[in-house]
Amino acid sequence: MIQVEGLTKYYDDLCAVDRIDLDIQKGEIIGLLGPNGAGKTTTLRMLTGYFQPTAGQVRIKDLDVRDDMVAIKQLIGYLPESAPLYPGMLVYDYLDYVANIRNLTGDAKTGRIERLVTLCGLQGIMHKTIGELSKGLKQRVGLAHAMMSDPEILILDEPTSGLDPNQIVEIRDIIREIGREKTVILSTHILSEAEATCDRIVIIHKGRIVADDRTENLKHSGGQSQRIHLGLQNADPETARATLTGIDGITAVDIRPANGNATVNLALTFRGSQDPRPDVYAAVKATDWIMVEFVQQTKNLETIFRELTKEN
Amino acid sequence: MHQVSHIMGKELKDFFISPIAYIVIAVFLLVTGWLFFSTFFVFNQADMRNFFNLLPMTFAFVVPAITMRLFAEELNTGSYETLLTLPVTFRDIIVGKFLAGVVFVAAILVPTLAYPVFIALMGELDWGPVIGGYAGAVMMGAAFTAIGLFASALTRNQIIAFITGAVICFGLTTMDRMLFFFPSPVLNVVNYLGASSHFQNVAKGIIDSRDILYFLSLVFLGLYAAHLAMQEKK
Repeated sequence: MIQVEGLTKYYDDLCAVDRIDLDIQKGEIIGLLGPNGAGKTTTLRMLTGYFQPTAGQVRIKDLDVRDDMVAIKQLIGYLPESAPLYPGMLVYDYLDYVANIRNLTGDAKTGRIERLVTLCGLQGIMHKTIGELSKGLKQRVGLAHAMMSDPEILILDEPTSGLDPNQIVEIRDIIREIGREKTVILSTHILSEAEATCDRIVIIHKGRIVADDRTENLKHSGGQSQRIHLGLQNADPETARATLTGIDGITAVDIRPANGNATVNLALTFRGSQDPRPDVYAAVKATDWIMVEFVQQTKNLETIFRELTKEN
Repeated sequence: MHQVSHIMGKELKDFFISPIAYIVIAVFLLVTGWLFFSTFFVFNQADMRNFFNLLPMTFAFVVPAITMRLFAEELNTGSYETLLTLPVTFRDIIVGKFLAGVVFVAAILVPTLAYPVFIALMGELDWGPVIGGYAGAVMMGAAFTAIGLFASALTRNQIIAFITGAVICFGLTTMDRMLFFFPSPVLNVVNYLGASSHFQNVAKGIIDSRDILYFLSLVFLGLYAAHLAMQEKK
């Protein structure tokens, strides 16, 4: 559906996007993740033809971004970051204008607008000017704008920014719904959102792709070391440490500051290949310590993200 | 082609919704009306020569004030990105906005049609120069609109867009009055480049292809420069 090869963008001397390769299939929901200034928006802008790439190729359904821009724009619905729409226009006028530009006429136009109004929950604000809408409502009008032509590819730049938790869930459902038949590319810096919505996650850092995998693979790809949190009562920190360090597979035991009560909090680091939990339990059972907490920290997207996008 | 008409329709609607447009119309009518009629009864002649003499100067400021928002506002609010990612070409956008500007400039001239009607009631008015004057005004308005559009595409700040546009239009208008600054070999060229003399020719009722060509080339140059300015932003 979308092939990106060696896509590069320079702003004068600053390299915003550095040789990105992507192959996106039909029907995928792709999440573009990355810290601020990583090049997410720039990448999306090149996919939509708003920016001309400095180097590299973007092919969408065998059309080239450089040569067939108008044909590509017809395939794409795009919602730019923070939904910049004409603040002076009425919501209805705006949707009507977009429908006209998108070549919809007569009943097809009315039907499409009606459907989008229900889908995006725009009832009751059709006669308001866009400028007086709250950020969330504006975002929904933007979403309706992007979906006007029922496009095959939907590109959304931070679609849920500025929305309240209920609206986020609604928008997420809408995106999932569309993603069944269409290709959706969205950028976000909210990790839980990408995790909940996307089939595939691409993490960008300093203009380069540092991870590109299916969401579940990425979550399980966890690094080498894992952690267990242990809470003990009736124990002496130093003895506990000495006892636990001896267990096979455990590489480090850190004593975490106790918060006032008699509990000793320990963090055990171990190599991912071995599971030391039975041994730890046995070691504690052999003493008269009371185990109040025994939690294995599962490696989530957040830790992976932080590891991949750490400075240096 | 239908994209052009949709963009033009949208821009025109915006013109008539925004209060700035009405302020510009009011200022234009006040300035031209006052400057024209303050001397009209002194000369005691039933013609509109004085009105059309003043028009290039007022247009040099009024037209850039109309066109300043066409691109600058979109660049400022970011809706430029939304517009460019719709299935339209640069040409559609530029021509659509340009035509909307020209229609609006023509619209602000409509209330001044009251003057010739009023004068014709008082004396013998020769309609030839009046019709030529209005035709010339629309042509000059179109040329200035193209220049203003270019100025607007350069910046996201409407004030800068206005000043840039006004400076270029003002320069073109006053050029043939500053001929004595130029060395004699280039005098003819500079004289040809000035907008006033071309406008005055048309306003006398003389339809010369040189004058029409002059305004058409200004329109083309302005629109092409706006196209380049848009290209630069990619």
